[in-house]
Amino acid sequence: MTIEYSGIFGRLSWESFPIAGLIQSPNANEIVANAAAAIVIVGAIAVIGLLTWFRLWGPLWRDWLTSADHKKIGIMYIVFAIVMLARGVLEGVVMRAQQAAGPGEGFLEAEHFAELFSTHGTIMIFFVAVPFVFGIANFLVPLMIGARDVAFPVMNQISLGLTVSAGMMLMVSLVVGEFSTGGWTAYPPYTGAAFNPGVGPDYWIWAIVVSGIGTTLTGINFAVTIYKLRAPGMTFMRLPMYCWTIICSSILIVFAMPPLGVAALMLAADRYLDFHFFTNDLGGNMMNYANLFWLFGHPEVYLLVLPAYGIYSEIFATFSAKRLYGYNSLVIATMSIAVMSFTVWLHHFFTMGQSALINAVFGIATMLIAIPTGVKVYDWMATLFRGRIRFSVPMLYGLAFLMLFVIGGLSGVLLANPTLDYQVHNTLFLVAHFHNVLLPGVLFGLLAGYNYWFPKAFGFRLNEAWGRLTVVLWTVGFMLTFLPLYFVGLMGMPRRSFSWEDPSFHPYMIVAALGSLVLLSALLAVVAQLWISIRDREKTRVPVGDPWDARTLEWSTPAPPPPYNFAIIPNVTERDDFAAAKERNEAYPQPEAYEDILLPRNTAIGFVLCVFSGVWMFALVWWIWWLAALMSVLIVVAFIAWTFQTDTEVVIPATEVRKQHEAWLEIVRNSDPVNRDHECAPENRGLARPDMEATT
Amino acid sequence: MKRAPTHSYPGLNLGRRHPEADKASEVVTFGFWVFLMSDLVYFGLMFAIYITMIDAQAGGPGPHELFNLKSIFAQTLILLTSSLTVGLAMLALKYNLPRSRIVMWFGVTLVLGLSFLVLEMSDFMAMAEKGGIPQRSGFLSAFYGLVPLHGLHVAAGCIWLIVLGIQLRVFGLTDLLMSRVVRLALFWHFLDLIWIGIITIVYFGGLAYG
Repeated sequence: MTIEYSGIFGRLSWESFPIAGLIQSPNANEIVANAAAAIVIVGAIAVIGLLTWFRLWGPLWRDWLTSADHKKIGIMYIVFAIVMLARGVLEGVVMRAQQAAGPGEGFLEAEHFAELFSTHGTIMIFFVAVPFVFGIANFLVPLMIGARDVAFPVMNQISLGLTVSAGMMLMVSLVVGEFSTGGWTAYPPYTGAAFNPGVGPDYWIWAIVVSGIGTTLTGINFAVTIYKLRAPGMTFMRLPMYCWTIICSSILIVFAMPPLGVAALMLAADRYLDFHFFTNDLGGNMMNYANLFWLFGHPEVYLLVLPAYGIYSEIFATFSAKRLYGYNSLVIATMSIAVMSFTVWLHHFFTMGQSALINAVFGIATMLIAIPTGVKVYDWMATLFRGRIRFSVPMLYGLAFLMLFVIGGLSGVLLANPTLDYQVHNTLFLVAHFHNVLLPGVLFGLLAGYNYWFPKAFGFRLNEAWGRLTVVLWTVGFMLTFLPLYFVGLMGMPRRSFSWEDPSFHPYMIVAALGSLVLLSALLAVVAQLWISIRDREKTRVPVGDPWDARTLEWSTPAPPPPYNFAIIPNVTERDDFAAAKERNEAYPQPEAYEDILLPRNTAIGFVLCVFSGVWMFALVWWIWWLAALMSVLIVVAFIAWTFQTDTEVVIPATEVRKQHEAWLEIVRNSDPVNRDHECAPENRGLARPDMEATT
Repeated sequence: MKRAPTHSYPGLNLGRRHPEADKASEVVTFGFWVFLMSDLVYFGLMFAIYITMIDAQAGGPGPHELFNLKSIFAQTLILLTSSLTVGLAMLALKYNLPRSRIVMWFGVTLVLGLSFLVLEMSDFMAMAEKGGIPQRSGFLSAFYGLVPLHGLHVAAGCIWLIVLGIQLRVFGLTDLLMSRVVRLALFWHFLDLIWIGIITIVYFGGLAYG
């Protein structure tokens, strides 16, 4: 097959736009594709219009896009993740609708359905879970360890830029050309040039490569931050549990992202330069791809779920008003999971023909991971035991997690048995399993963290009633959508089927489709909760900064925290230092002296690299070689030019710090403390009255 | 136990005089080590791929037809010498020699790095003449995925040498630039280490088993 190609536009042509397909053959499939493209375009125009109308371009540029403040970068990550989450959920609903239509029915074409599950998986893993996890980490880690920022603030900004530009490629693929049909794993040789000469796999490759570089830099940044920037006295065994999970995640990133980069770049070499890494002919070997991909892919799920475990650990302790039970065992369990996650990748392809012995080894290794995970579940339950529990929104997410996640984990232990895996391999049973760990595990954790730390970030609490509604909708929606898939999976329904024939599947498919609508309404409820909370923000302000009577250092700062986080760097004397200080009534000390504070100066390098790398990816996808070459040069030049900047820090004078800090201490003195029973009432200004002894 | 402040990176003259700058350079140098570790995983995987594909020659030319050990020997000598010259730049930094000395050793290293690249390119061209192009077989794909990746790193190191040399002339020996010199030296030694792996596994291993 020859591909039309021009020197200026590469292989980009009129036919690349979905509207061309709609004009040629108007049908339901094309209408869905065009509606998706229209949403992207209308959304972009709406954002641009609103920014212009409210004259927000200046503040956006000065306060956000060029900021190197870890808190703002974290918030931008989360906004990006939620936008992508909206697309991922919508795609899930469309897929469920397609499969619910009945045997042999449906409104989508096979190619379009394949694009949907490919983008859905790619988006949910790389552009929802990863940015959401590291958005929260960005916001929290320096606050939790008593630092002013991450180790490399500008690199942090670059990571964000690369992640966003890669995510934008998935948005662009809706409007120009099409995305890969090879699933989020993009196995060759199907995704090779011989079977898939179009642009789809190329969009996948470059989005993965660029976001992978961004994530690697993030991992390096957080590993170094936690190793090197802890406040005096913050020894490793005094770290908040959440920071332990982030350091494990960062280590996983440093070691696990390279296999993904290698695999994607080798696939690119096959497709662009006619190499033979994974082709069917001339010595190519696709098993190398499967190994490389899952050498990344399995640690990946742990690097997502460990931070969620960390969030739950903080939440269970706070909302039980107790120290976290079994801290040491949780640290050991977290580290064990991180290490063992590198020893199990082969269970993703038990059926690909290795010997029974190898399958058995990896099956046993997989089952072993259930042990540290079980330790964690028992530790969390023991933390709840005899605690003074408040059923606030984060706690409700946590309880839903405890019950549902155990089911998901147990179905994982079933799948770890190779003989059983042969039966359910590539069925919806697997889809049910990993959604069962990723929704209650990762997504609920992130949403719990979002509700828990929102007042810290913005200075007011989220609406409690709407929050509870989101918990109910997510939980019910999850159960309706994914638990039926276990059964159809056992009945033998293959995953990724755009059409099916066995009528006994139909009832399950209808339930799952209804469930997906509940999930969609859960997403809308999250947006409504945010909207209502912003509207009512004057009633829920918590300027003192500790609305939940929490335990770790980030709560000892104002809400929202100042750019420098801490007026003076705290001196840590024990685990849960802030909780202990509150018990001793020494929580808000008056500093003796203030010092000048150095903070990273705003820089545009992250934004510049975001734009350049975005154009670079687009040019590569469409074979616009001159543009790709130009962008490569510009990226290098921009980076080198940045290294010539010597004035990279601003000084906040001690007098200014004193003024701000004393004003806040004044608020602390003038606020009435509330006890735990009133933490959702308007009188909660963020000053807690610990009214019972901390039980251990 | 409180540890006495140590010179974690002996090439730096920050220590006692500038505890703040010393701490800052310690953070950034540690970060660079972590980056190198991640980069090492890239190479490790490419080595593994090469080993699995050593037999995937698909009837094309193999190591015995393609590899020229004389040229590899010359490249090895050049690269090892360049590690020495980078080390001499570090010593110049340590003993407070004038910065022109550092820039000079950078210049020598750059010349050595570029001559390594020239030799490597001529090797590739000689291989191509014998039909050893990456499109020919899985084995050659793996070879061209690994060895030029190292070459690309050397090229990046050369650009870094030029940029840092210019910065040293423009800004003088600032704390930041001292720490960059240390990191560049680390990077350059890292390239040497990878090259040792390449001659052992790619060339000797290829000839022994290919």
